[in-house]
Amino acid sequence: MHAPYIARPSTVSVIMLKVLLALLPAIAVSVWFYGIALLVQLSLASATALLAEAAMLRLRGVPVAPFLKDGSALLTAWLLALSMPALGAWWLIVVATLFAIVVGKQLYGGLGNNPFNPAMVGFAVAMVSFPAQMAHWGMPHGPLDSAAQLAWIFSRELPAGLSLDAISMATPLDYLKTQLLLGGSDIASLKQAPMFGHIAGVGSEWVALAYLGGGLFLLQQRVISYQAPLAMLAGLTALAVPLWLWQPAHYVDPLFHLVAGATLLAAFFIVTDPVSGPTSARGKLIFGFGVGLLIYVIRVFGGYPDAAAFAVLLMNIAVPLIDQLTRPPAFGKRKRTKKAGQHA
Amino acid sequence: MSALFRFHGGIHPPEFKALSNGTPIATPPLPARFAVPLSQHLGNPAKACVALGERVLAGQRIGDADGRISAAVHAPTSGVVSAIGPHAVAHPSGLLQDCIVIDSDGLDNWCAPSPLPNWQDAGDDEIRTFLRDMGVVGQGGAVFPTSLKLGVNTLEQLIVNGAECEPFISCDDRLMRERAGEIVDGIRIAAQLMRPRTVLIGIEDNKPEAITAMRAACAGSGFEVVAIPTLYPSGGAKQLIRILTGKKVPHGVRATDMGVQCFNVGTLYSLKRAMMDGEPVISRILTLSGDLARPGNIEARIGTPFAHLLAWAGIQPDSEGVIMGGPMMGFDLPSLEAGVSKASNCLIAKSRALFPPRPPALPCIRCGECASVCPAELQPMDLYWFAKAKDLGRAQEADLFDCIECGACSYVCPSQLPLVDFYKFAKDEIWAAERDKKAADRARMRHDFRQLRLERDKAEKAQRLAARATPAPASSAAPDPDKAAAIRAAMARAAEKKAEDSHAPAKTPLSDDAKRAAIEAAMTRAAANKAARESAVSTAAAPGDEAKRAAIEAAMARAAARKAAQGAAAGAEAGATPVAMPASPSQPKPAIDDAKRAAIEAAMARAAARKAEQGVEVGAASAAMPSQAKPAIDDAKRAAIEAAMARAAAKKAERDAAQKGDN
Repeated sequence: MHAPYIARPSTVSVIMLKVLLALLPAIAVSVWFYGIALLVQLSLASATALLAEAAMLRLRGVPVAPFLKDGSALLTAWLLALSMPALGAWWLIVVATLFAIVVGKQLYGGLGNNPFNPAMVGFAVAMVSFPAQMAHWGMPHGPLDSAAQLAWIFSRELPAGLSLDAISMATPLDYLKTQLLLGGSDIASLKQAPMFGHIAGVGSEWVALAYLGGGLFLLQQRVISYQAPLAMLAGLTALAVPLWLWQPAHYVDPLFHLVAGATLLAAFFIVTDPVSGPTSARGKLIFGFGVGLLIYVIRVFGGYPDAAAFAVLLMNIAVPLIDQLTRPPAFGKRKRTKKAGQHA
Repeated sequence: MSALFRFHGGIHPPEFKALSNGTPIATPPLPARFAVPLSQHLGNPAKACVALGERVLAGQRIGDADGRISAAVHAPTSGVVSAIGPHAVAHPSGLLQDCIVIDSDGLDNWCAPSPLPNWQDAGDDEIRTFLRDMGVVGQGGAVFPTSLKLGVNTLEQLIVNGAECEPFISCDDRLMRERAGEIVDGIRIAAQLMRPRTVLIGIEDNKPEAITAMRAACAGSGFEVVAIPTLYPSGGAKQLIRILTGKKVPHGVRATDMGVQCFNVGTLYSLKRAMMDGEPVISRILTLSGDLARPGNIEARIGTPFAHLLAWAGIQPDSEGVIMGGPMMGFDLPSLEAGVSKASNCLIAKSRALFPPRPPALPCIRCGECASVCPAELQPMDLYWFAKAKDLGRAQEADLFDCIECGACSYVCPSQLPLVDFYKFAKDEIWAAERDKKAADRARMRHDFRQLRLERDKAEKAQRLAARATPAPASSAAPDPDKAAAIRAAMARAAEKKAEDSHAPAKTPLSDDAKRAAIEAAMTRAAANKAARESAVSTAAAPGDEAKRAAIEAAMARAAARKAAQGAAAGAEAGATPVAMPASPSQPKPAIDDAKRAAIEAAMARAAARKAEQGVEVGAASAAMPSQAKPAIDDAKRAAIEAAMARAAAKKAERDAAQKGDN
């Protein structure tokens, strides 16, 4: 044993548990609006993640128990399940989770060594490989009861008389994008569509607010710091405001962007991932701001309706550089010491 | 009340101070045997100045300070010197170090006290010598000789460190509560010597009794006692200076360059005892805490075996090992037979209840908690990453050496990583690499030099053979070399004189000095060289007087060269002394380079001189002094070793002084 001989009783597991706890309100609101489908997805993802993690740890010759207990695989699974459509087929979430854990995390060396956010890797793979499956989002208080939701997830069987269109709908972001691409009328009239609520999506806006609540809890617990979330929301706003002011008929208002889609989930639970994000305060600001800008750019000008996953993955690539350039100077020093040839 | 500043980060570990701070400072019975380490301070170990079997009195000097960065050690009681040699000491390595073992006669007879009553009128040098000989060193942890910290007259703030931020330790707390008056006397001495504009005494606000006592003792003195928020590591010299003055003293910069100096309260107390009472440092306040029946603070004589003190305090049977120092920065005592030293501030008997083992470590998740508590404003997770990958270059670029090893990062790490161990490892690796590089440089130098010598020998052999083949022109050339040799001798004399003159004023900037020495050495070498060549030629014709003169000339050249080398070495050593160096921190390096160059020049000059001798030897066997060739080589070797040692000492002192701050 070496100094220091005393330690604060805080562990990785406690951190991960707090994050899981912070997700509970959003899960509850989600289940209230969309039914138990989300719980099924969460269970599938959790089981897959733990099994994949255990198998990979074993293959790597690493002790399994302490790493399974750290809770990081479970968190990846939950974030993934919350990002994917709740009514997606069972294999979709399994494939995405497998990819997240096996490729996104363990092949890079497991906990602490993955350059990309594993959940977002899984999401991106599903999004790119199965775009049609990923477009079917449930509607709040939809026509499927619990049993029917289970049947649909596991066997893709719908109750008689119901079509796929009757149980699912496009997200507001998706709807706006396609309608505007089709040369549709102005935003104000588009927002009369049934999927719009007070601010963003009907139902989903409440889930988003629950994410905000969970995020504030994490801030209060000092599990996350404010820089990355704030900067991400600022980055998104920085592009949304001028374009909205310029052509309010064509560019939706900033508040919508802030609440719609995965914005608040990403802001408090994705860009705050310490492993794949930068470490310094300045670095977090840059990282978050970049994610915010990219989300807007991809949402409005890109090919996908929502963009949190791609924006985060793109900024993950930049993290080593951001870390290197934003290392704060040491105590009493103006600049950090540089040696010739450092950037060779 | 001056406004307080904040340092970045810091932690609030449980304090555990109540374990030991409730009872007055006790005096345990003296042990039968003391082991006084010769190295209780930063710098050279003291040199034993007593003989085996010699009878000593308490307070008698038994080890003399060796050089400027050193301090004397004294007998803690009366008795007989029973051993001088390697003995267990309080060092994490567990390696033995030289100690003087004294068997007590049980009488505890003291030698006559030798205060410095007229210290107000004494010169800087006199005070420094006095403090060095009284063994006064910093008691905050770095044990930097106090003699080297006094004597700056341009100070803005004098900081007195009574923060004592580490858990468990309460020796400064008790000292301030019980002997505030004497501490303030010590502050008065320091203030009078250093003439600061303000004197600020920083004490953490978890020691209200100490604050009250110090405030009472400071009444009317103009010294300000400042209660600072309890936050580890506010007792680090750099952190305390930041809190009280707002100044951030970066790594590698001396606090005095920024107009601040910092002394621990224990140091000032011992300063007062030495100056006013004539009592050398033979005891210090030591906290005994942890798994003990009677924890508390004691006035421990230096050299008292730890086992004796722990037994006295009732170490519990279930205790598992003993920590020297606090739980944040201390280390496991490798042997309880080691004796108390001037750096020993706390002994903690460990138990499983007090120090439960940490859960197994997980990988770093880059949560950044370490960076948020790092008082040195580093990015500990990056340093960890680099150290783990043995990427030492990048670790250094990430300011590894700014790390003060306070342990705050390890304390908060949710992955339970022993981060400080990684930093210590990386630092050790870098130091080892530097040592290896130096050794390799030295070997290369020796090799290059040998090649040069061999080539020259070959060339001269060929020349001699050629000369033997055609002996005729030698007679006509004979008078000329005579004259030339005389001129050469005169030049060498002049050079020698010049070298002497240039070394006389010790206070000239040392890099110039060393450079000049190098030039002198080069000149003498050239002179010796030419003389050697001439004599080699001339001896064939006029072996008698000519050869003798050449030999004398060569000897003189050698002497001059040696002197120059010594001057350079001394210069390098002086440069290492932080206080002596007036200018920027970048200076020691050029000085070292210059010293190196001077050493090479000197060695070459000596070799040239030897060559001249050999030439004489060959030419006229009767006139030659065969015994001198060997001393010349020895001299060169000794000079080289001396120079290397001076360099190493300079480097180490520089490093230590910079790293440990001025506490």
